[in-house]
Amino acid sequence: MTLTSPDRSGQSPLAPASRAIDIIGADLTEASLTRYLRGLPAVDAVGLTNRAADLGSRSIKATSKAWALDKIISLIDLTTLEGADTPGKVRSLVAKALTPDASDLTSPRVAAVCVYGDMVATAAEALGSAKGEHAPGGINVAAVATAFPSGRASLRVKLADVADAVDAGADEIDMVIDRGAFLAGNYGRVFDEIVAVKAACQRADKSFAHLKVILETGELNTYDNVKRASWLAILAGGDFIKTSTGKVAPAATLPVTLLMLQVVRDWHRLTGERIGVKPAGGIRTSKDAIKYLVAVAEVAGQEWLEPHLFRFGASSLLNDVLLQRQKISTGHYSASSYVTID
Amino acid sequence: MTRLAIPKTYKLFIGGKFPRSESGRVFEIRSAKGEFLANAAKASRKDARDAVVAARAAGSGWAGATGYNRGQVLYRVAEVLEGRRDQFIAEIVSTEGVSAAAAAAQVDEAVDRWVWYAGWADKYVQVAGNANAVSGPFFNISVPEPTGVVAIVVPQDSSLLGITSAIAPALVSGNTVVVIASERFPLSSIGLAEVLATSDLPGGVVNILTGSPAEIAPWLASHADVNALDLIGAAGLDWIDLEIAAAETLQRVMRPEQGPDIASPSLTRITQFTETKTVWHTKSLI
Repeated sequence: MTLTSPDRSGQSPLAPASRAIDIIGADLTEASLTRYLRGLPAVDAVGLTNRAADLGSRSIKATSKAWALDKIISLIDLTTLEGADTPGKVRSLVAKALTPDASDLTSPRVAAVCVYGDMVATAAEALGSAKGEHAPGGINVAAVATAFPSGRASLRVKLADVADAVDAGADEIDMVIDRGAFLAGNYGRVFDEIVAVKAACQRADKSFAHLKVILETGELNTYDNVKRASWLAILAGGDFIKTSTGKVAPAATLPVTLLMLQVVRDWHRLTGERIGVKPAGGIRTSKDAIKYLVAVAEVAGQEWLEPHLFRFGASSLLNDVLLQRQKISTGHYSASSYVTID
Repeated sequence: MTRLAIPKTYKLFIGGKFPRSESGRVFEIRSAKGEFLANAAKASRKDARDAVVAARAAGSGWAGATGYNRGQVLYRVAEVLEGRRDQFIAEIVSTEGVSAAAAAAQVDEAVDRWVWYAGWADKYVQVAGNANAVSGPFFNISVPEPTGVVAIVVPQDSSLLGITSAIAPALVSGNTVVVIASERFPLSSIGLAEVLATSDLPGGVVNILTGSPAEIAPWLASHADVNALDLIGAAGLDWIDLEIAAAETLQRVMRPEQGPDIASPSLTRITQFTETKTVWHTKSLI
């Protein structure tokens, strides 16, 4: 796969992506893509933040809260993305994904574990027969790839990174976009990379690993950019749009997630196709997570509250949810010493 | 020209800040003669929960400070309290209805107790710890360590001296505390919170809740993140139920005390909220 050479006229064709061709037209070029993205209606920032604050102030009653806590757990991508990750740490992460609360086996399992590409095999082996969303009580293995978190590597290296993770058994690939190219207005380059990564997600049996596209909204500076990047990622073939790597502050915020939910809602109205959203980083408490559930249900619709359409990228969130569950089941406040250390 | 009076609305003291009650409730503080003095926040179980979180977060820093440093901080509390002596005397006179001389004696005694306990901070380990004799070439050393988060129902019939006598000894060893103030005389407790906030005490080491002990204490007694429960001022509550609830989460419990000399200063008040750690170390390495 070769990239579009820097072409000032923007007239050279982009990689053929069926969604983009359907929406923008067969003469898909950087110029036509840029024209389309720049033509998107601007975001009303004040209205967006007010709407997010309003959705975050809903009163959640006890029975709804119990439902919400279990739902949150089932939507978590339990994540460890540290330079200090060891096979042992990944195995303990998988153990926690399988049995979140050893003192209460009624707790649902999380949706996926999210690790670096070289840990995929370890995670897959630890999951055993519980690996994959089609297994009963199954848990996916998600891998971050494409020179996560910065994305500063050549396309060749990025694609090798993706292929490695897919070969090792990753069910989902979390890629980062080239924010530098995006901010420089080089939308075609970002687009072609996503298309290429999508192609690299194909397994030997022709099936595809799910592709989550990380926009790193904390580096995109404006809501308009977030909106353009969301459309770009969807047009290029992303199955999920994800806010952040978790390595850059600010990570996921409610207004940004709300905006991305509006984009997937609009995409659904336009094409009938449902795209997933994954806020990641900075969501640490049940209270915050419930605000996101409210936003999903109100903006995209309740059918989005399923693991194939909405995820939380989080590590410490799970423990807080478990403490809240214990409070509900025992009637008294619990303590962090009653849940496992990550 | 007449001046419009500014009655104060007091708030809680959690994590070094003065928040209103999450519940939005207040109750009236009245003088001994029944006149309205001020509104105070009426804490809810969620305020108690937040206070425990703040106390837990402050724990490692306070327990990790040297005894010498903790002693300095507690002495500073005495200094700042002394500087606001007149305010406390006036408040005690109006709320308890006692003479100015009796109120002054109470404030002086409270200041003295802060100083007395401050002095113990770098000394109690030498008294309560021990080098144990063992049958082998080992040093065997027992040292007291703080229990952790201590919930305290302070003496209910005393303004300033009761809360001082109940919280100061727990702080000496490095515990952090969640305090339920006197329901009858909360004014001095909130006044003390303002003293603590302007001393060098790190935020969250002392958290003071005003309101109904009968309402809040059960939530603290059953809270799994509270390590000890001091029921010294809980004689008027169903304290046996509190003790049972505390047993469920393995809290160390101190029972109520009564009488004129309630919470008189002693080394036992310091050591009752410590846990003994014993370490072995070889006498020589070959």
